[in-house]
Amino acid sequence: METIRAVDLSRRFGETVAVDRLNLSVEEGELFGLVGSDGAGKTTTMRLLSGVLDPTGGEAFVLGRPVRSEAAAIHREIGYMSQRFGLYADLTVQENIDFYADLYGVSGKARTERVAELLAFSGLAPFRDRPAGNLSGGMKQKLGLSCALIHTPRVLLLDEPTNGVDPVSRRDFWRILYRLLREKVTIFVSTAYLDEAERFRRLAFLHEGRLLAMGTPDALKAALPGVVVEALSDAPRQAAVRLRGALGESSPVGILADRVRALVRGPGDAADRVNAALSGATFPCGEARVVEPTLEDVFVGMLSARDGTAP
Amino acid sequence: MNGGSEAPAVVVRELTRAFGEFVAVDRVSFTVARGEIFGFLGPNGAGKSTTIRMLCGLLSPTSGEGTVAGFDLRTGAETIKKHIGYMSQRFSLYDDLTVEENIDFFAGIYGVPADRKGERKDRVLRMAGLLERRASRTAYLPAGWKQRLALGCAILHDPPVLFLDEPTAGVDPLRRRAFWELIHEMAETGTTVFVTTHYMDEASSCDRLGLIDGGKIVALGTPEELRNRFMKGAVLEVRTSRPEDAAVLLETFPGVRSAALFGNTVHAVVDDPGAAASVASLLSTGGLADATVVPITPSLEDVFVSLVEGGRPDGVPGGEGTE
Repeated sequence: METIRAVDLSRRFGETVAVDRLNLSVEEGELFGLVGSDGAGKTTTMRLLSGVLDPTGGEAFVLGRPVRSEAAAIHREIGYMSQRFGLYADLTVQENIDFYADLYGVSGKARTERVAELLAFSGLAPFRDRPAGNLSGGMKQKLGLSCALIHTPRVLLLDEPTNGVDPVSRRDFWRILYRLLREKVTIFVSTAYLDEAERFRRLAFLHEGRLLAMGTPDALKAALPGVVVEALSDAPRQAAVRLRGALGESSPVGILADRVRALVRGPGDAADRVNAALSGATFPCGEARVVEPTLEDVFVGMLSARDGTAP
Repeated sequence: MNGGSEAPAVVVRELTRAFGEFVAVDRVSFTVARGEIFGFLGPNGAGKSTTIRMLCGLLSPTSGEGTVAGFDLRTGAETIKKHIGYMSQRFSLYDDLTVEENIDFFAGIYGVPADRKGERKDRVLRMAGLLERRASRTAYLPAGWKQRLALGCAILHDPPVLFLDEPTAGVDPLRRRAFWELIHEMAETGTTVFVTTHYMDEASSCDRLGLIDGGKIVALGTPEELRNRFMKGAVLEVRTSRPEDAAVLLETFPGVRSAALFGNTVHAVVDDPGAAASVASLLSTGGLADATVVPITPSLEDVFVSLVEGGRPDGVPGGEGTE
């Protein structure tokens, strides 16, 4: 069953087109990701889908209903967590949860049970009397998620939920998301972490408000134009400068710790071309080898192909 | 103490800061060499920001000692401020000023001499790629550009030591790459960079790392050393078409301490690295016939999690709850 659908969804702010004729569809129980640069339109898309913001063109549907005209009914089905987690800093953990419970009209026995359940699975029970402003980043994130889940929504919209959150808290957070997926909750999440994007069942790349590509991680990697090559180097930065000169602007080159990594485009054997470019260097470099592309390669490749400039 | 050119960029010994009963930083000792990129890692609320605030001369230590750029933390706090650059996760720019006005403002604060100002300003505009946007209001710049402007403003006075507190949080991969190249370029010309990050790929680009948890340093060394010497347990990499199911299943196996998704694979922490074959057969019995299991060198994320998890609960009370 289709849970989320955007049809030519657009939003303009004055002269700026933040989201430009976006079309996508998300199935029930799917983990769908929205990936893009700052200002790509991710947050605006989230707000349009949740009904917080009205579109200036096109339409969004959640669970088959138009978001714009049936906002009230849809709010009950959606949990939305904004980037700042939507918390009241001077209210305690318990007060924040109570506030959202009131907002969504969760009351009586259902409320008592749900609050206890959320406090338990988020590990927030020992902190219920602490003001939200005094929580660490990871705890704020879990509280924000608990508040978004108070009314047991079938659709969860998460706007960059793991920004500024440490690896341990990120792992905890993902465990919670997988539990929700097993309960058939649909999760629509934006992120700037491409290692997380590898877990999405499908993802969409947004750039300047437009959809650049959409598909499973494997399909997006398979469609990558070019071959990814890596070489160890004692001076990866100099190696990168050298490679950029030799390969030209169409082949973006980056540094990964002690290696250079290039998305090699154009004719000829990719590894040979990298080896040739590095062979005259005064610093030692390892043998270049072709490696499996990551979603970061896909992202970098897509944007560099667009701007015509290597990063 | 005077700022000697041969002194390490940062030296701290038994550095401690308490807020009332709560010890935010507890007898921390380390040294950062000149021109080094030092990554300071730790969970939210572990004491990173408190440490940085002491190193920048913004907060005095409760006990312990140290020098930054050769100046004493206790007696030279004011001098230290002039010899460091500081950029925080919330870029400290003035939104209603233009790009150029922000640069002028910080040049004034850092006491950049009038005859050097023009040249420094041009350099920063060029480095940040903002030559054509110099008259734009800062509020209208995309986040990635603001970040480069904030870095530019932090180095207007050519500080020998640069402190970057989560400089790339929420920045997309393309701009993170470009930002890190700038960092490496500065380190090559002798600037010492002290940086905090939650991105383990960035941590692996540092020359050395310190991991702080509960106010104490729990690991110190090169990324290579952290991966090879500090991991508690061995790591198995599991590849399968159903990684989420594998992660759940793995955690029920004897000898598996934890399992977590890592990109599209699963990393399982086990007591015995020789367990790969038995883990594979258990997965197969559990319905994941396509799973392959191999022992690997742990990733920095594995090391981080193994050292931090199971310690103290998240969200420690005290002076940096909002870190």
